[in-house]
Amino acid sequence: MIPKTIRIIPRLDIKGSNVIKGVHLECLRIIGDPEEIATRYYRGGADELIYMDIVASLYGRNNLLDIVEKASTNIFIPLTVGGGIRSIEDIRQALRAGADKVAINTYAVAHPEFIAEAAQAFGSQCIVGSIEAKRTGEGKWEAFTDNGRVETGLDAIAWAEKLVSLGAGELLITSIDQEGTAKGYDIELVSRIAPRVSVPVIACGGAGKSEDIVNVIRAGQADAVSAAHIFHYRKYSIAEVKLALAVADIPARGTTQLS
Amino acid sequence: MKRIVIVDYGYGNLGSLTRTLAHIGACPITSADPREVAAAESLIVPGVGAFGDGMAELTGRGLCEPILKAAKEKKPLLGICLGMQFFFERSLEFGEHAGLGIFKGTVRKISIAKKPFCKVPHIGWSALLPSSGASWQGTILDGIPRGKEAYFVHSYAGYAEDSSAILAQTEYCDSIFPSVISAGTTVGVQFHPEKSAEMGIHILRNFASW
Repeated sequence: MIPKTIRIIPRLDIKGSNVIKGVHLECLRIIGDPEEIATRYYRGGADELIYMDIVASLYGRNNLLDIVEKASTNIFIPLTVGGGIRSIEDIRQALRAGADKVAINTYAVAHPEFIAEAAQAFGSQCIVGSIEAKRTGEGKWEAFTDNGRVETGLDAIAWAEKLVSLGAGELLITSIDQEGTAKGYDIELVSRIAPRVSVPVIACGGAGKSEDIVNVIRAGQADAVSAAHIFHYRKYSIAEVKLALAVADIPARGTTQLS
Repeated sequence: MKRIVIVDYGYGNLGSLTRTLAHIGACPITSADPREVAAAESLIVPGVGAFGDGMAELTGRGLCEPILKAAKEKKPLLGICLGMQFFFERSLEFGEHAGLGIFKGTVRKISIAKKPFCKVPHIGWSALLPSSGASWQGTILDGIPRGKEAYFVHSYAGYAEDSSAILAQTEYCDSIFPSVISAGTTVGVQFHPEKSAEMGIHILRNFASW
């Protein structure tokens, strides 16, 4: 029995005023209205939500923050905002708009000390280190930035440990190879990071069926699981995923009495 | 509805709490002014961050007195997360620090099992369970089913000496800690009701209606 509940976190990739979805973080398709989609997930039992600005626009004139601000008046679960954050002021704006945490990738690669500075200013619980990882060989992954477009030369596992040592309070690990494919998570990648770091790891990228989620928890030791595709395309509801977790003896909010 | 003052001592993000209270029709004000805090009909002490730094801010801003006074005068007083931990006598987070001493006991790091999935900080949803003999009727947990989960983010917890002060406890990675403490109208919650969906709203509504 896993001695805690595992979180299910729908991810909303935002472009302009729409939720979009891609494959391998590219080939974007419009899914719909963020408010409507987020409300559906909230009511359906989502444990948190992640909003990702996939064009990483400058925060000063950002649609995403309007979307989050609206969401935060009727969605009362933790909200994480990411994409293009590059200053303490960006974080402050995101929090003011209603975010509880920010996910940081690109800017941290060029300026690792920014993670430490942000954790110092807002607390580690507020800073999610985001890694987009691409498999480069047997048991090897490289961290990418800018939605999987730009290579960094950083070993994804070493970078994960570095982000935690700098003060990231959680890690969001997205597999670029699996993202949008619905062929399952990169379990090996998650299993190399999650047991090794002292902070929770959110696995992201590849969920096509509820078994994929069960597997990345059981075999990958993911502390939380993010998914977009299966929820956006209504393949599964959050309740159905949680029921599958309960059947697999994995505790989740709302099902602990069932299992 | 009573006018709620959220004590602002320079820490943390008060936006979520303000929004959730607005949602239930309470119209909270945030204040760092000891006079305004002293004049409040109902008080919330929020908080994230380190205990020592937070207490230093409360003390430096002259906010300890009005909080203690509110407790003594039996005004509704709610501590959330670090705000709850301030209510204890002491904390062992980064050295030993004195707290407000409303509840007897010590704030200590939660001591969890060495098992897969077991990590500190405790981040996520965990169940509230009644401690032995505690009834939730007429308390801040009135109407909350036992076993309902709330959203936690913390590494430390306040271990109350007086078990009758513990309204609910929570188990995480084989470790049990008090998650709701209460004495009359003074209540502390280790989780974040403002981020705990409908159950959290229900708890804040209970508090606001006192």
